[in-house]
Amino acid sequence: MLNTLTIKQAAEGLRAKKFTAVELTKACLVRIEERNEELNAFISVNAEYALEAARRADERLAAGDNITMLTGIPYSVKDAICTKDLRSTGAGQILDNYIPSFQATVIDKLEQAGAVMLGKTNCDAFGHGASNENSMYGPVKHHLDQTKVSGGSSGGSAVSVADDMCIFSIAEDTGGSIRQPAAFCGIAGLRASYGRNSRYGIMPMASSFDTVGPMAKTTEDLAYIMEVMAGHDEKDATTVEEAVPTYSKELSSGIQGLKIGIPKEYFEIEGMQKEVREKIEEQLETLKKLGAELVPVSLPYTKYAISVYYILVPSEDSSNMARLDGIRYGVRSEGDSLIDVYANSRAHGFPEEVKRRIMVGTYALSAGYYDSYYRKAQKVRTKIIQDFDRVFDEVDVLVTPTSPFTAFGIGEKKDDTISMYLADVFAAPPAIAGLPALSVDAGADASGLPIGLQIIGPRLSEEVLFRVGHTLEKA
Amino acid sequence: MSLTIADIEHVAMLARISLSQEEKEYYMQELTAVFGYIEQLKEVDTDDVDETVQVTGLEDVVRDDEVAPYNEDMVADIQSQFPDKMGHLLKVSAVFNRK
Repeated sequence: MLNTLTIKQAAEGLRAKKFTAVELTKACLVRIEERNEELNAFISVNAEYALEAARRADERLAAGDNITMLTGIPYSVKDAICTKDLRSTGAGQILDNYIPSFQATVIDKLEQAGAVMLGKTNCDAFGHGASNENSMYGPVKHHLDQTKVSGGSSGGSAVSVADDMCIFSIAEDTGGSIRQPAAFCGIAGLRASYGRNSRYGIMPMASSFDTVGPMAKTTEDLAYIMEVMAGHDEKDATTVEEAVPTYSKELSSGIQGLKIGIPKEYFEIEGMQKEVREKIEEQLETLKKLGAELVPVSLPYTKYAISVYYILVPSEDSSNMARLDGIRYGVRSEGDSLIDVYANSRAHGFPEEVKRRIMVGTYALSAGYYDSYYRKAQKVRTKIIQDFDRVFDEVDVLVTPTSPFTAFGIGEKKDDTISMYLADVFAAPPAIAGLPALSVDAGADASGLPIGLQIIGPRLSEEVLFRVGHTLEKA
Repeated sequence: MSLTIADIEHVAMLARISLSQEEKEYYMQELTAVFGYIEQLKEVDTDDVDETVQVTGLEDVVRDDEVAPYNEDMVADIQSQFPDKMGHLLKVSAVFNRK
């Protein structure tokens, strides 16, 4: 069962010549063949392309030339990330036939490292959602219980990793889209600091929030992926120049003396599942036993995070989505006038949630409302950032649940927009502040559904987050 | 606060999305609910608070204004995605209507 390996195990096996990259890739393709029809994790699978990449990786491994931890390792990519000459739909009908003429920088880097792309994963259309029910290709089903959602928006990526269809995945996180599905599916997922990874070639949603990051079976694997994908890119002016640390180096150096803040607001949320609180508290005890100091802290503006998020994100989103109009690429609908062509293409090409967010954003930015909504939310965003700045003077990281509940039923929240938005209540605040946040598996509830623990740190503190995550996984 | 059908029609026009009558009523309720929830921001005192417009800490990121090299393959790739074309040209409906 080569497809069940972690990056570390697979890389060791490849180097020791216990198996080849082609064998490893075939094992993943067999698993996809067996499971994808039921789970709907992949929109496109590129078997021929993957096997060709695997053969090249095997040559590289045989020659011992320029081998990285990712050489010969099969992975999946969220379909909202552009891959040259491979269909990239963003899970929205309006791009059903779209084949990019360019490729995301992070995918270029993974290809140069010798990683093997298997295909493109399902998601909420253009990242709009927290359950993967807003995909034009149907929902992704939870691998442990097919009546439950996978989480979203990167649900296909989460299930592809959790169900062993690939070894890791590359996805995006605007306000929880990596962490929440990682938590629901029992894997590790990183929202990197804003500016740490290039977003060139990513279908943009909310430009001051969007990030690209990895999802994998362990924190250690995330560290290896970040060593390859992170760094400055001249094609993305928001990327920072700071050198990329060797994240895997300090993973095992422990957490003795580390100050961990416990924000009380994250444990007082109405509607939080009891088992989520209990499991996180158990994990906090473990961290304490391993030498960390637990410090109660307060982030009083947390309760405004969802409101800020659902003004600013749809506003930026409505501008970004304007490019999808069926004119230069994608699916064009008929219409009597040019305006009708736009309006009909967008009416047919977007699912309900995308239209809702575009309209919320358009209204918030429209004449007469800009100051009371958009500008107001930008100011409250500052208050939320100041909350974090203040606590990070006192503590090194914060630990919270990733989500207030485990995976919910498919259709359960579909008619309750606000309740669906509250699924991101713990995931949105660090995104608002541009901070890195890691979700790791923290056990399961009584029905066996995974619970995620979130570790939030100051900007560019990924190394510390990995150390805490790795320590917990090994405990 | 409560939005009207006229508000929704205005927003849908600005957003270039055609809606059925049923959808207009649906989104009227949805937007009313979302903006109703967001009313809570009014209770935050933001008188002396600056707006956050970006979180990178970077300022004035510029590059040289140079023509990037391109080749015919790139042009062909882009043209291959045109939903409708005439020869090498992108075909669209008339921008201006005759009176």
